[in-house]
Amino acid sequence: MELFIQLMINGLIVGSLYGVVAMCFVLVYKSTQVVNFAQGEFLLVGAWTCLSLLTYFELPFWLGFLVTLAFMTVFGILLQAIVLRPLIGESVISVVMVTVGLAIFFQAALNMIFGSFAKPFPQVFSQETLEIFGLHIETAYLMSIVPSIIIMIAFYIFFKRSRWGLAMRATAYDQQVAQSLGISVKNVFAMAWAISAVVSGVAGIVLGMVNTVSNSLAFIGIKVFPAAIVGGLDSIVGAVIGGLIIGVLENMAEFVDGQFLHFGNLYAIAPFYVLIIFLMVKPYGLFGTKDIERL
Amino acid sequence: MPASPRRDVEMNAVEDLLCLENIEVVYDEVILVLRGLSMEVPKGEITALLGANGAGKSTLLKAVSGLLPVENGEVTRGSILYQGANITRRQPSDIVASGIFQVMEGRRIIQDMTVVENLRLGAFSKPRSNVTENIDRVFEYFPVLRERTGLAGYLSGGEQQMLAIGRALMAEPKLILMDEPSMGLSPVLVQEVFSIIERLNKELGVTILLVEQNANIALSIANRGYVMEQGKIVLDGTAQELKENEDVKAFYLGGGERTGFKNLKSFKRRKRWL
Repeated sequence: MELFIQLMINGLIVGSLYGVVAMCFVLVYKSTQVVNFAQGEFLLVGAWTCLSLLTYFELPFWLGFLVTLAFMTVFGILLQAIVLRPLIGESVISVVMVTVGLAIFFQAALNMIFGSFAKPFPQVFSQETLEIFGLHIETAYLMSIVPSIIIMIAFYIFFKRSRWGLAMRATAYDQQVAQSLGISVKNVFAMAWAISAVVSGVAGIVLGMVNTVSNSLAFIGIKVFPAAIVGGLDSIVGAVIGGLIIGVLENMAEFVDGQFLHFGNLYAIAPFYVLIIFLMVKPYGLFGTKDIERL
Repeated sequence: MPASPRRDVEMNAVEDLLCLENIEVVYDEVILVLRGLSMEVPKGEITALLGANGAGKSTLLKAVSGLLPVENGEVTRGSILYQGANITRRQPSDIVASGIFQVMEGRRIIQDMTVVENLRLGAFSKPRSNVTENIDRVFEYFPVLRERTGLAGYLSGGEQQMLAIGRALMAEPKLILMDEPSMGLSPVLVQEVFSIIERLNKELGVTILLVEQNANIALSIANRGYVMEQGKIVLDGTAQELKENEDVKAFYLGGGERTGFKNLKSFKRRKRWL
Protein backbone atom coordinates (compact mmCIF):
# COMPACT_ATOMS: atom_id res chain seq x y z
CA MET A 1 0.00 0.00 0.00
CA GLU A 2 2.77 2.34 0.91
CA LEU A 3 4.52 1.58 -2.35
CA PHE A 4 1.30 2.28 -4.19
CA ILE A 5 0.93 5.76 -2.73
CA GLN A 6 4.60 6.41 -3.22
CA LEU A 7 4.35 5.54 -6.88
CA MET A 8 1.18 7.58 -7.18
CA ILE A 9 2.98 10.65 -5.91
CA ASN A 10 5.93 9.94 -8.18
CA GLY A 11 3.49 9.68 -11.04
CA LEU A 12 1.93 13.06 -10.28
CA ILE A 13 5.34 14.72 -10.02
CA VAL A 14 6.72 13.21 -13.20
CA GLY A 15 3.33 13.74 -14.83
CA SER A 16 3.44 17.45 -14.09
CA LEU A 17 6.73 17.62 -15.97
CA TYR A 18 5.25 15.66 -18.86
CA GLY A 19 2.37 18.11 -18.74
CA VAL A 20 4.69 21.09 -19.01
CA VAL A 21 6.55 19.64 -21.99
CA ALA A 22 3.25 18.58 -23.58
CA MET A 23 2.05 22.17 -23.20
CA CYS A 24 5.02 23.33 -25.28
CA PHE A 25 4.28 20.67 -27.85
CA VAL A 26 0.64 21.76 -28.06
CA LEU A 27 1.60 25.43 -28.12
CA VAL A 28 3.78 24.96 -31.18
CA TYR A 29 1.23 22.70 -32.84
CA LYS A 30 -1.63 25.10 -32.19
CA SER A 31 0.01 28.28 -33.32
CA THR A 32 2.21 27.04 -36.14
CA GLN A 33 0.61 23.71 -37.15
CA VAL A 34 3.96 21.97 -36.80
CA VAL A 35 4.18 18.62 -35.00
CA ASN A 36 7.53 18.96 -33.30
CA PHE A 37 9.22 15.60 -33.00
CA ALA A 38 12.34 17.33 -31.70
CA GLN A 39 10.58 18.41 -28.49
CA GLY A 40 12.59 15.97 -26.36
CA GLU A 41 15.85 17.28 -27.82
CA PHE A 42 14.92 20.76 -26.62
CA LEU A 43 15.09 19.37 -23.09
CA LEU A 44 18.44 17.90 -23.87
CA VAL A 45 19.83 21.13 -25.28
CA GLY A 46 18.62 23.03 -22.22
CA ALA A 47 19.98 20.51 -19.75
CA TRP A 48 23.40 20.18 -21.41
CA THR A 49 23.75 23.94 -21.79
CA CYS A 50 23.00 24.55 -18.15
CA LEU A 51 25.21 21.69 -17.02
CA SER A 52 28.19 22.86 -19.03
CA LEU A 53 27.72 26.43 -17.81
CA LEU A 54 27.79 25.16 -14.23
CA THR A 55 30.70 22.74 -14.62
CA TYR A 56 33.02 24.15 -17.31
CA PHE A 57 32.42 27.84 -16.68
CA GLU A 58 31.63 27.30 -13.01
CA LEU A 59 28.86 29.86 -12.91
CA PRO A 60 26.65 29.98 -9.85
CA PHE A 61 23.40 28.12 -10.39
CA TRP A 62 21.08 31.12 -10.71
CA LEU A 63 23.33 32.77 -13.29
CA GLY A 64 23.79 29.58 -15.27
CA PHE A 65 20.03 29.08 -15.18
CA LEU A 66 19.31 32.58 -16.47
CA VAL A 67 21.95 32.32 -19.20
CA THR A 68 20.39 29.01 -20.25
CA LEU A 69 16.98 30.67 -20.49
CA ALA A 70 18.41 33.42 -22.66
CA PHE A 71 20.23 30.88 -24.80
CA MET A 72 17.08 28.79 -25.27
CA THR A 73 15.12 31.88 -26.32
CA VAL A 74 17.65 32.66 -29.01
CA PHE A 75 17.84 28.98 -29.92
CA GLY A 76 14.06 28.77 -30.43
CA ILE A 77 13.86 31.95 -32.48
CA LEU A 78 16.82 31.02 -34.69
CA LEU A 79 15.49 27.51 -35.24
CA GLN A 80 12.16 28.93 -36.33
CA ALA A 81 13.67 31.64 -38.52
CA ILE A 82 16.32 29.51 -40.23
CA VAL A 83 14.83 26.03 -40.45
CA LEU A 84 11.06 26.31 -40.17
CA ARG A 85 10.12 29.64 -41.69
CA PRO A 86 11.14 28.61 -45.22
CA LEU A 87 8.85 25.60 -44.81
CA ILE A 88 5.68 27.63 -44.24
CA GLY A 89 3.16 26.46 -46.79
CA GLU A 90 4.90 23.14 -47.42
CA SER A 91 3.00 19.91 -46.80
CA VAL A 92 2.64 18.58 -43.27
CA ILE A 93 4.71 15.51 -43.99
CA SER A 94 7.77 17.45 -45.13
CA VAL A 95 7.65 19.65 -42.03
CA VAL A 96 7.31 16.55 -39.84
CA MET A 97 10.28 14.96 -41.59
CA VAL A 98 12.32 18.10 -40.91
CA THR A 99 11.54 17.95 -37.19
CA VAL A 100 12.44 14.26 -37.11
CA GLY A 101 15.68 15.20 -38.85
CA LEU A 102 16.29 17.92 -36.29
CA ALA A 103 15.80 15.40 -33.50
CA ILE A 104 18.40 13.07 -34.99
CA PHE A 105 20.74 15.96 -35.67
CA PHE A 106 20.61 17.29 -32.11
CA GLN A 107 20.96 13.80 -30.64
CA ALA A 108 24.08 13.18 -32.69
CA ALA A 109 25.58 16.62 -32.17
CA LEU A 110 25.08 16.53 -28.41
CA ASN A 111 26.45 13.02 -28.29
CA MET A 112 29.54 14.23 -30.11
CA ILE A 113 30.06 17.19 -27.81
CA PHE A 114 29.16 15.73 -24.42
CA GLY A 115 29.62 12.01 -24.94
CA SER A 116 27.11 9.30 -24.28
CA PHE A 117 27.66 8.93 -20.53
CA ALA A 118 25.23 10.34 -18.03
CA LYS A 119 26.58 13.25 -16.02
CA PRO A 120 25.11 14.40 -12.74
CA PHE A 121 24.28 18.00 -11.98
CA PRO A 122 26.39 19.62 -9.27
CA GLN A 123 24.58 19.55 -5.96
CA VAL A 124 22.38 22.64 -5.93
CA PHE A 125 19.67 21.72 -3.52
CA SER A 126 20.32 19.42 -0.59
CA GLN A 127 19.62 15.81 -1.42
CA GLU A 128 17.62 14.45 1.45
CA THR A 129 14.46 12.50 1.89
CA LEU A 130 11.50 13.95 3.63
CA GLU A 131 9.05 11.93 5.61
CA ILE A 132 5.48 12.94 5.02
CA PHE A 133 2.83 10.69 6.58
CA GLY A 134 5.34 7.88 6.68
CA LEU A 135 6.23 8.26 3.00
CA HIS A 136 9.76 8.87 1.84
CA ILE A 137 9.90 11.61 -0.73
CA GLU A 138 13.10 13.05 -2.07
CA THR A 139 13.16 16.82 -1.71
CA ALA A 140 14.58 17.11 -5.21
CA TYR A 141 11.49 15.38 -6.49
CA LEU A 142 9.26 17.65 -4.50
CA MET A 143 11.20 20.67 -5.74
CA SER A 144 10.67 19.60 -9.30
CA ILE A 145 6.95 20.16 -9.05
CA VAL A 146 7.44 23.83 -8.16
CA PRO A 147 8.71 24.99 -11.57
CA SER A 148 5.95 22.96 -13.25
CA ILE A 149 3.27 24.75 -11.30
CA ILE A 150 4.88 28.15 -11.83
CA ILE A 151 5.07 27.49 -15.57
CA MET A 152 1.45 26.38 -15.74
CA ILE A 153 0.22 29.47 -13.91
CA ALA A 154 2.40 31.65 -16.13
CA PHE A 155 0.92 30.02 -19.23
CA TYR A 156 -2.59 30.62 -17.95
CA ILE A 157 -1.98 34.29 -17.21
CA PHE A 158 -0.11 34.78 -20.47
CA PHE A 159 -2.91 33.40 -22.64
CA LYS A 160 -5.74 34.97 -20.66
CA ARG A 161 -4.37 38.41 -19.95
CA SER A 162 -1.44 39.45 -22.09
CA ARG A 163 -1.70 41.13 -25.45
CA TRP A 164 0.68 38.69 -27.11
CA GLY A 165 -1.04 35.71 -25.53
CA LEU A 166 -4.33 36.76 -27.08
CA ALA A 167 -2.51 37.35 -30.36
CA MET A 168 -1.17 33.80 -30.27
CA ARG A 169 -4.62 32.40 -29.65
CA ALA A 170 -5.99 34.47 -32.52
CA THR A 171 -3.24 33.21 -34.81
CA ALA A 172 -4.02 29.64 -33.80
CA TYR A 173 -7.67 30.26 -34.62
CA ASP A 174 -7.22 31.86 -38.04
CA GLN A 175 -4.05 33.33 -39.48
CA GLN A 176 -5.75 35.64 -41.94
CA VAL A 177 -7.96 37.12 -39.22
CA ALA A 178 -4.91 37.58 -37.02
CA GLN A 179 -3.19 39.48 -39.80
CA SER A 180 -6.24 41.64 -40.37
CA LEU A 181 -6.02 42.64 -36.71
CA GLY A 182 -2.47 43.84 -37.22
CA ILE A 183 -0.77 40.84 -35.66
CA SER A 184 2.53 39.86 -37.24
CA VAL A 185 2.22 36.12 -37.75
CA LYS A 186 5.97 35.81 -38.17
CA ASN A 187 6.55 37.22 -34.70
CA VAL A 188 3.90 34.94 -33.22
CA PHE A 189 5.60 31.89 -34.78
CA ALA A 190 8.99 32.93 -33.47
CA MET A 191 7.50 33.54 -30.05
CA ALA A 192 5.81 30.13 -29.96
CA TRP A 193 9.11 28.38 -30.70
CA ALA A 194 10.99 30.54 -28.23
CA ILE A 195 8.53 29.79 -25.43
CA SER A 196 8.56 26.12 -26.30
CA ALA A 197 12.36 26.01 -26.24
CA VAL A 198 12.68 27.94 -22.98
CA VAL A 199 10.07 25.95 -21.10
CA SER A 200 11.40 22.64 -22.41
CA GLY A 201 14.86 23.77 -21.38
CA VAL A 202 13.64 24.39 -17.84
CA ALA A 203 12.02 20.96 -17.78
CA GLY A 204 15.30 19.48 -19.01
CA ILE A 205 17.24 21.17 -16.23
CA VAL A 206 14.76 19.98 -13.60
CA LEU A 207 14.87 16.41 -14.88
CA GLY A 208 18.64 16.56 -15.11
CA MET A 209 18.86 17.67 -11.49
CA VAL A 210 16.52 14.96 -10.27
CA ASN A 211 18.18 12.20 -12.28
CA THR A 212 21.25 12.85 -14.38
CA VAL A 213 21.80 14.43 -17.76
CA SER A 214 22.17 12.00 -20.62
CA ASN A 215 20.81 11.66 -24.11
CA SER A 216 18.10 9.33 -22.85
CA LEU A 217 16.46 12.46 -21.44
CA ALA A 218 15.14 13.09 -24.94
CA PHE A 219 12.93 10.06 -24.51
CA ILE A 220 10.51 12.30 -22.69
CA GLY A 221 9.78 13.86 -26.07
CA ILE A 222 8.23 10.56 -27.11
CA LYS A 223 6.30 10.21 -23.84
CA VAL A 224 4.87 13.64 -24.32
CA PHE A 225 3.19 12.48 -27.48
CA PRO A 226 0.63 10.24 -25.76
CA ALA A 227 0.16 12.96 -23.13
CA ALA A 228 -0.73 15.56 -25.75
CA ILE A 229 -3.02 13.20 -27.64
CA VAL A 230 -4.86 12.01 -24.54
CA GLY A 231 -5.47 15.63 -23.62
CA GLY A 232 -6.48 16.62 -27.13
CA LEU A 233 -3.78 17.90 -29.46
CA ASP A 234 -4.94 21.49 -29.43
CA SER A 235 -5.76 22.04 -25.78
CA ILE A 236 -3.22 23.48 -23.34
CA VAL A 237 -5.26 22.41 -20.32
CA GLY A 238 -5.63 19.00 -21.92
CA ALA A 239 -1.87 18.74 -22.24
CA VAL A 240 -1.41 19.23 -18.49
CA ILE A 241 -4.07 16.71 -17.61
CA GLY A 242 -2.80 14.30 -20.25
CA GLY A 243 0.67 14.64 -18.78
CA LEU A 244 -0.57 13.85 -15.27
CA ILE A 245 -2.56 10.87 -16.58
CA ILE A 246 0.45 9.45 -18.40
CA GLY A 247 2.74 10.05 -15.42
CA VAL A 248 0.41 8.33 -12.97
CA LEU A 249 -0.37 5.56 -15.40
CA GLU A 250 3.29 4.83 -15.98
CA ASN A 251 3.87 4.43 -12.27
CA MET A 252 0.72 2.38 -11.79
CA ALA A 253 1.91 0.10 -14.56
CA GLU A 254 5.19 -0.27 -12.73
CA PHE A 255 3.32 -1.12 -9.56
CA VAL A 256 1.12 -3.73 -11.21
CA ASP A 257 4.06 -5.11 -13.12
CA GLY A 258 6.33 -5.30 -10.09
CA GLN A 259 3.72 -6.81 -7.76
CA PHE A 260 1.86 -9.22 -9.98
CA LEU A 261 2.85 -9.57 -13.60
CA HIS A 262 6.66 -9.43 -13.63
CA PHE A 263 6.90 -8.54 -17.34
CA GLY A 264 9.65 -6.12 -16.49
CA ASN A 265 8.91 -3.36 -18.95
CA LEU A 266 5.23 -2.58 -18.74
CA TYR A 267 6.21 0.78 -17.32
CA ALA A 268 7.68 1.98 -20.62
CA ILE A 269 4.98 0.76 -22.96
CA ALA A 270 1.82 1.39 -20.97
CA PRO A 271 1.46 5.01 -22.17
CA PHE A 272 1.41 3.82 -25.75
CA TYR A 273 -1.31 1.27 -25.13
CA VAL A 274 -3.35 4.09 -23.67
CA LEU A 275 -2.52 6.20 -26.69
CA ILE A 276 -3.83 3.53 -29.05
CA ILE A 277 -7.00 2.99 -27.02
CA PHE A 278 -7.60 6.72 -26.82
CA LEU A 279 -7.19 7.16 -30.54
CA MET A 280 -9.80 4.46 -31.07
CA VAL A 281 -12.32 5.68 -28.53
CA LYS A 282 -11.83 9.42 -28.39
CA PRO A 283 -9.73 10.54 -31.33
CA TYR A 284 -9.93 14.23 -30.36
CA GLY A 285 -8.71 13.50 -26.84
CA LEU A 286 -10.28 14.72 -23.65
CA PHE A 287 -10.25 18.42 -24.42
CA GLY A 288 -9.74 18.58 -28.18
CA THR A 289 -11.81 21.33 -29.74
CA LYS A 290 -15.06 20.74 -31.40
CA ASP A 291 -16.10 23.78 -33.39
CA ILE A 292 -18.91 25.83 -31.95
CA GLU A 293 -22.13 25.19 -33.84
CA ARG A 294 -24.81 27.82 -33.57
CA LEU A 295 -28.29 26.39 -33.78
CA MET B 1 -0.80 64.74 -51.80
CA PRO B 2 -1.33 63.23 -55.22
CA ALA B 3 -4.92 63.45 -56.33
CA SER B 4 -6.53 62.20 -59.48
CA PRO B 5 -6.53 64.58 -62.46
CA ARG B 6 -10.31 64.90 -62.38
CA ARG B 7 -10.26 66.14 -58.81
CA ASP B 8 -7.55 68.65 -59.65
CA VAL B 9 -9.79 70.11 -62.30
CA GLU B 10 -12.76 70.24 -59.97
CA MET B 11 -10.55 71.76 -57.25
CA ASN B 12 -12.43 69.68 -54.74
CA ALA B 13 -11.86 70.81 -51.18
CA VAL B 14 -12.15 67.28 -49.77
CA GLU B 15 -8.81 65.50 -49.77
CA ASP B 16 -8.51 61.82 -50.54
CA LEU B 17 -7.55 59.57 -47.66
CA LEU B 18 -7.01 56.60 -49.91
CA CYS B 19 -6.16 56.66 -53.56
CA LEU B 20 -5.77 53.60 -55.80
CA GLU B 21 -3.94 54.13 -59.05
CA ASN B 22 -4.13 51.60 -61.83
CA ILE B 23 -4.11 48.59 -59.52
CA GLU B 24 -3.60 45.14 -60.99
CA VAL B 25 -3.98 42.03 -58.82
CA VAL B 26 -3.02 38.52 -59.83
CA TYR B 27 -3.87 35.34 -57.92
CA ASP B 28 -1.68 32.24 -58.18
CA GLU B 29 0.47 34.12 -60.70
CA VAL B 30 -2.08 33.55 -63.48
CA ILE B 31 -5.56 34.73 -62.52
CA LEU B 32 -5.95 38.42 -63.24
CA VAL B 33 -8.63 39.75 -60.88
CA LEU B 34 -8.22 43.51 -60.78
CA ARG B 35 -7.41 44.96 -64.17
CA GLY B 36 -6.07 48.46 -63.84
CA LEU B 37 -8.44 49.85 -61.27
CA SER B 38 -8.37 53.41 -59.98
CA MET B 39 -10.49 55.00 -57.30
CA GLU B 40 -10.38 57.54 -54.49
CA VAL B 41 -11.83 57.46 -51.02
CA PRO B 42 -12.39 61.03 -49.78
CA LYS B 43 -11.56 61.72 -46.15
CA GLY B 44 -14.44 61.71 -43.70
CA GLU B 45 -16.96 60.27 -46.15
CA ILE B 46 -18.65 56.94 -46.73
CA THR B 47 -17.76 55.53 -50.13
CA ALA B 48 -19.80 52.61 -51.40
CA LEU B 49 -18.34 50.01 -53.73
CA LEU B 50 -20.99 48.05 -55.60
CA GLY B 51 -20.69 45.13 -57.92
CA ALA B 52 -21.83 41.60 -58.63
CA ASN B 53 -20.30 38.49 -57.09
CA GLY B 54 -16.82 37.87 -58.40
CA ALA B 55 -16.29 41.44 -59.57
CA GLY B 56 -13.25 41.69 -57.32
CA LYS B 57 -14.59 43.89 -54.52
CA SER B 58 -13.19 41.82 -51.67
CA THR B 59 -9.91 41.45 -53.54
CA LEU B 60 -9.68 45.21 -53.74
CA LEU B 61 -10.12 45.54 -49.98
CA LYS B 62 -7.53 42.86 -49.31
CA ALA B 63 -5.11 44.57 -51.67
CA VAL B 64 -5.42 47.70 -49.55
CA SER B 65 -5.12 45.91 -46.21
CA GLY B 66 -2.23 43.73 -47.35
CA LEU B 67 -4.02 40.42 -46.84
CA LEU B 68 -3.51 39.12 -50.38
CA PRO B 69 -0.32 37.09 -49.81
CA VAL B 70 -2.23 34.76 -47.45
CA GLU B 71 -4.38 33.76 -50.43
CA ASN B 72 -1.44 33.65 -52.80
CA GLY B 73 -2.46 36.91 -54.44
CA GLU B 74 -0.23 39.82 -55.33
CA VAL B 75 -0.48 43.44 -56.43
CA THR B 76 1.51 43.31 -59.65
CA ARG B 77 1.05 46.84 -60.89
CA GLY B 78 -0.12 50.25 -59.75
CA SER B 79 0.09 51.92 -56.38
CA ILE B 80 -2.05 52.37 -53.31
CA LEU B 81 -1.60 55.74 -51.66
CA TYR B 82 -2.79 56.33 -48.10
CA GLN B 83 -2.42 59.86 -46.76
CA GLY B 84 -0.06 60.45 -49.65
CA ALA B 85 2.27 57.59 -48.74
CA ASN B 86 2.65 54.50 -50.88
CA ILE B 87 1.45 51.48 -48.91
CA THR B 88 1.42 48.96 -51.74
CA ARG B 89 2.69 45.53 -50.63
CA ARG B 90 3.34 46.67 -47.06
CA GLN B 91 2.98 44.18 -44.20
CA PRO B 92 -0.60 44.00 -42.87
CA SER B 93 0.68 44.80 -39.36
CA ASP B 94 2.15 48.10 -40.64
CA ILE B 95 -1.02 48.93 -42.52
CA VAL B 96 -3.24 48.31 -39.50
CA ALA B 97 -0.90 50.35 -37.33
CA SER B 98 -1.15 53.24 -39.80
CA GLY B 99 -4.93 53.36 -39.29
CA ILE B 100 -6.56 51.14 -41.92
CA PHE B 101 -8.71 48.36 -40.48
CA GLN B 102 -10.62 45.78 -42.46
CA VAL B 103 -13.83 44.24 -41.18
CA MET B 104 -13.72 41.03 -43.14
CA GLU B 105 -16.56 39.35 -44.95
CA GLY B 106 -18.48 36.90 -42.80
CA ARG B 107 -17.60 38.56 -39.47
CA ARG B 108 -14.60 36.33 -38.74
CA ILE B 109 -14.64 36.96 -35.00
CA ILE B 110 -12.61 34.59 -32.82
CA GLN B 111 -15.30 32.14 -31.78
CA ASP B 112 -13.54 30.54 -28.85
CA MET B 113 -12.85 33.83 -27.12
CA THR B 114 -15.19 36.03 -25.13
CA VAL B 115 -16.57 39.33 -26.39
CA VAL B 116 -14.12 41.33 -24.28
CA GLU B 117 -11.15 39.23 -25.44
CA ASN B 118 -12.17 39.81 -29.04
CA LEU B 119 -12.37 43.53 -28.40
CA ARG B 120 -8.99 43.56 -26.67
CA LEU B 121 -7.52 41.83 -29.69
CA GLY B 122 -8.88 44.64 -31.85
CA ALA B 123 -6.64 47.00 -29.90
CA PHE B 124 -3.56 44.87 -30.62
CA SER B 125 -2.11 47.42 -33.04
CA LYS B 126 -2.54 50.23 -30.51
CA PRO B 127 -0.69 49.05 -27.39
CA ARG B 128 -0.78 52.52 -25.87
CA SER B 129 -4.50 53.12 -26.35
CA ASN B 130 -6.86 53.18 -23.40
CA VAL B 131 -8.43 49.77 -23.81
CA THR B 132 -11.06 49.96 -21.08
CA GLU B 133 -12.26 53.35 -22.28
CA ASN B 134 -12.49 52.11 -25.86
CA ILE B 135 -14.38 48.99 -24.78
CA ASP B 136 -16.88 51.24 -23.03
CA ARG B 137 -17.26 53.28 -26.21
CA VAL B 138 -17.94 50.12 -28.22
CA PHE B 139 -20.58 49.11 -25.67
CA GLU B 140 -22.22 52.52 -26.08
CA TYR B 141 -22.66 51.86 -29.77
CA PHE B 142 -23.61 48.21 -29.27
CA PRO B 143 -25.29 47.96 -25.86
CA VAL B 144 -26.34 44.37 -26.51
CA LEU B 145 -22.70 43.21 -26.42
CA ARG B 146 -22.31 44.36 -22.83
CA GLU B 147 -24.66 41.61 -21.66
CA ARG B 148 -22.91 38.86 -23.59
CA THR B 149 -20.35 37.29 -21.30
CA GLY B 150 -20.00 33.86 -22.94
CA LEU B 151 -17.95 32.82 -25.93
CA ALA B 152 -18.34 34.95 -29.04
CA GLY B 153 -19.18 31.83 -31.07
CA TYR B 154 -22.55 31.67 -29.34
CA LEU B 155 -23.59 35.18 -30.37
CA SER B 156 -26.28 35.60 -33.01
CA GLY B 157 -25.25 36.62 -36.51
CA GLY B 158 -26.18 40.24 -35.92
CA GLU B 159 -24.33 40.39 -32.64
CA GLN B 160 -21.27 38.85 -34.28
CA GLN B 161 -21.36 41.55 -36.95
CA MET B 162 -21.61 44.20 -34.24
CA LEU B 163 -18.67 42.62 -32.45
CA ALA B 164 -16.67 42.62 -35.69
CA ILE B 165 -17.36 46.34 -36.14
CA GLY B 166 -16.66 46.99 -32.46
CA ARG B 167 -13.36 45.18 -32.80
CA ALA B 168 -12.47 47.57 -35.61
CA LEU B 169 -13.26 50.57 -33.41
CA MET B 170 -10.81 49.31 -30.81
CA ALA B 171 -7.97 49.96 -33.25
CA GLU B 172 -8.95 53.64 -33.44
CA PRO B 173 -8.80 53.52 -37.24
CA LYS B 174 -8.93 56.43 -39.66
CA LEU B 175 -10.28 54.25 -42.44
CA ILE B 176 -12.50 51.18 -42.05
CA LEU B 177 -12.81 48.80 -44.97
CA MET B 178 -16.13 47.08 -44.53
CA ASP B 179 -16.84 43.94 -46.49
CA GLU B 180 -20.53 43.15 -46.76
CA PRO B 181 -21.76 43.98 -43.28
CA SER B 182 -25.30 42.97 -44.31
CA MET B 183 -24.36 39.38 -45.10
CA GLY B 184 -26.77 36.89 -43.58
CA LEU B 185 -28.67 39.46 -41.50
CA SER B 186 -32.41 40.04 -41.31
CA PRO B 187 -33.69 43.30 -42.91
CA VAL B 188 -34.29 44.87 -39.49
CA LEU B 189 -30.76 44.07 -38.37
CA VAL B 190 -29.35 45.36 -41.64
CA GLN B 191 -31.07 48.68 -40.97
CA GLU B 192 -29.67 48.76 -37.45
CA VAL B 193 -26.12 47.91 -38.48
CA PHE B 194 -26.13 50.49 -41.26
CA SER B 195 -27.49 53.24 -39.05
CA ILE B 196 -24.65 52.50 -36.64
CA ILE B 197 -22.13 52.63 -39.50
CA GLU B 198 -23.54 56.02 -40.43
CA ARG B 199 -23.24 57.20 -36.83
CA LEU B 200 -19.62 56.04 -36.63
CA ASN B 201 -18.86 58.10 -39.70
CA LYS B 202 -20.68 61.20 -38.40
CA GLU B 203 -19.70 61.05 -34.74
CA LEU B 204 -16.18 59.68 -34.87
CA GLY B 205 -15.21 61.02 -38.28
CA VAL B 206 -14.07 57.60 -39.48
CA THR B 207 -13.77 57.30 -43.24
CA ILE B 208 -15.52 54.19 -44.51
CA LEU B 209 -15.11 52.21 -47.69
CA LEU B 210 -18.18 50.03 -47.85
CA VAL B 211 -18.44 46.99 -50.07
CA GLU B 212 -22.04 45.86 -50.43
CA GLN B 213 -24.35 43.66 -52.41
CA ASN B 214 -27.34 45.50 -51.00
CA ALA B 215 -26.96 48.59 -53.19
CA ASN B 216 -30.11 50.27 -51.92
CA ILE B 217 -29.03 50.55 -48.34
CA ALA B 218 -25.38 51.18 -49.20
CA LEU B 219 -26.27 54.19 -51.36
CA SER B 220 -28.68 55.47 -48.71
CA ILE B 221 -25.83 56.14 -46.27
CA ALA B 222 -22.96 56.70 -48.72
CA ASN B 223 -21.71 60.03 -50.04
CA ARG B 224 -20.13 58.59 -53.17
CA GLY B 225 -20.26 55.30 -54.96
CA TYR B 226 -18.31 53.20 -57.42
CA VAL B 227 -19.64 50.37 -59.53
CA MET B 228 -17.25 47.55 -60.29
CA GLU B 229 -17.45 44.90 -62.95
CA GLN B 230 -14.89 42.26 -63.84
CA GLY B 231 -12.03 43.92 -62.06
CA LYS B 232 -12.61 47.47 -63.24
CA ILE B 233 -14.52 50.53 -62.15
CA VAL B 234 -17.22 51.08 -64.73
CA LEU B 235 -19.17 53.90 -63.15
CA ASP B 236 -18.70 56.38 -60.34
CA GLY B 237 -20.49 59.39 -58.95
CA THR B 238 -22.24 60.76 -55.92
CA ALA B 239 -24.70 58.44 -54.22
CA GLN B 240 -27.54 60.54 -55.62
CA GLU B 241 -26.24 60.27 -59.19
CA LEU B 242 -25.89 56.51 -58.89
CA LYS B 243 -29.35 56.08 -57.43
CA GLU B 244 -30.79 57.90 -60.43
CA ASN B 245 -28.66 56.13 -63.02
CA GLU B 246 -30.85 53.89 -65.18
CA ASP B 247 -28.32 51.06 -65.43
CA VAL B 248 -27.66 51.00 -61.70
CA LYS B 249 -31.40 50.93 -61.13
CA ALA B 250 -31.78 47.98 -63.47
CA PHE B 251 -28.80 45.96 -62.26
CA TYR B 252 -28.47 46.73 -58.58
CA LEU B 253 -31.51 48.47 -57.22
CA GLY B 254 -34.12 46.17 -58.72
CA GLY B 255 -36.12 49.07 -60.12
CA GLY B 256 -35.83 48.16 -63.79
CA GLU B 257 -38.70 47.25 -66.01
CA ARG B 258 -39.86 43.67 -65.62
CA THR B 259 -39.43 41.59 -68.74
CA GLY B 260 -39.45 37.92 -69.60
CA PHE B 261 -36.44 35.79 -68.78
CA LYS B 262 -35.40 35.54 -72.42
CA ASN B 263 -35.49 39.31 -72.86
CA LEU B 264 -33.72 39.83 -69.58
CA LYS B 265 -30.78 37.72 -70.67
CA SER B 266 -30.24 39.46 -73.97
CA PHE B 267 -30.84 42.80 -72.30
CA LYS B 268 -28.16 42.07 -69.79
CA ARG B 269 -25.70 41.07 -72.44
CA ARG B 270 -26.40 44.12 -74.55
CA LYS B 271 -26.22 46.52 -71.67
CA ARG B 272 -23.04 45.23 -70.11
CA TRP B 273 -20.48 47.92 -69.63
CA LEU B 274 -17.59 45.71 -70.61
